[in-house]
Amino acid sequence: MTDYFKGRRLIYGLILFFITLSGFAQMPIFARYYISDIPGLGWLAQFYVTHAMHYIMAAMLLALGAYVGIDAVLSRKLSVSRQNPVNKGRLTGMAWVKIVSLAGLVVTGSVLVVKNLSGVFVSHNVIISLDLLHLFSCMVLLGATLYSKIRKRAWIAL
Amino acid sequence: MRSLVSRRQFLKSTVFAAGTAVTGTGLANAATNANEEPLATLIDISRCIGCEECVYACKDANAPKFPKPEKPFPKMVPARVPVEDWSDQREVTDRLTPYNWLYIQYATGIKDGKEMTLTIPRRCMHCQNPPCVKLCPWGAAKQEPNGLSRIDSGICLGGSKCKNVCPWDIPQRQTGVGLYLDILPAFAGNGVMYKCDRCYQKLEKGEQPACIEACPEEVQVIGRRSKIIELAKERAKEMDGYLYGLEENGGTHTIYVSPVPFDQLTYDTGKGKPHLNPAKDTMADGSNLALALVIAPVAGAAAALGKFYKNMKEED
Repeated sequence: MTDYFKGRRLIYGLILFFITLSGFAQMPIFARYYISDIPGLGWLAQFYVTHAMHYIMAAMLLALGAYVGIDAVLSRKLSVSRQNPVNKGRLTGMAWVKIVSLAGLVVTGSVLVVKNLSGVFVSHNVIISLDLLHLFSCMVLLGATLYSKIRKRAWIAL
Repeated sequence: MRSLVSRRQFLKSTVFAAGTAVTGTGLANAATNANEEPLATLIDISRCIGCEECVYACKDANAPKFPKPEKPFPKMVPARVPVEDWSDQREVTDRLTPYNWLYIQYATGIKDGKEMTLTIPRRCMHCQNPPCVKLCPWGAAKQEPNGLSRIDSGICLGGSKCKNVCPWDIPQRQTGVGLYLDILPAFAGNGVMYKCDRCYQKLEKGEQPACIEACPEEVQVIGRRSKIIELAKERAKEMDGYLYGLEENGGTHTIYVSPVPFDQLTYDTGKGKPHLNPAKDTMADGSNLALALVIAPVAGAAAALGKFYKNMKEED
């Protein structure tokens, strides 16, 4: 794997870590279970800090997703890039699970962001459904990521 | 005595009719219609005599919603999780509790060189963009199109995040009640949060909230927010007074009018006793960052297109 792809994976990994951490921090669990008492982790119990961090990480994930997706499509049109084995491969089943769960997170998360704007009223049942779907998509993504790590399943089958 | 009561009722209904005329439409429509402008309440502090009629009317009207905790409470893990039990102190009226959603705050201030005591009905401000509702991780808190915010006691797990993010720490917790008892009572949740819900059950029927209905001094007026703001500004002009709630936390559906500047009032504050300080818009950062979420994918796409264009030129 080239440094270029390693860099992308590192950025994706860091975003995934912090967006998950700040997402779980939306629940009042870190103060209850002493985690925010650990020096340097006090911010995990500050809901407005973790809320802003979740949005910033989401923005970075969207930027990375748009970049990687469009780059993958356009690269196949260049003769130099076509010679790169990564650009000849196809997405694995586990990659599709991750893409679908990421799409679920983006769709539900986007509606939740709009819901949080002033003057926007969303039905109570819709909010609860979105919250649960967001959490479910997150758990699927984390499960698939963990499985891929353990079983060494890549995004692309060469 | 009977004639006095009927005179009072007559006056109240007249004031309410006038208020309704000012606001344009009835409360029943506003309770459910998303297209109608939200309701707001004007609280004219100069009129309040601190009789607590509103406090007891609130207790009576909302008694069926008050918590009925099961004892003994489940053992909490870890032990630091605080048990908050107000079930043996239901009569407390000098602060907000799960059994007292409105209380009278005593304040002193100087007006025209003379010290005066003011009595201020305090309850949830019903923010325009309520963080308690928007940031609840379970969707247990909800905002109605008419602007009121309330907590669904059937869903709330009592994590107290709503209180933590509220600029006034309004919601109050009762342990030993609610959904958490059916899930993992030792490890997650800690009861249910309670606060003023603007007597939504009465608004739905086109009635006024109990505190407004019971007030003998017409301290409060409810109506469309824009009309209430107009009225609040008129009252403030008449008494050379001051407003609170217009801009606080991005704007609320409760507007106080006081003859004394709010920052010059001296009052008891602390647990269950909210302040009257300036409150910045707590949801503003989230709203601003929402724009970043729109720009980010565009920036990512532009970077990918830039890379493609550069590589294409190199190939040529």
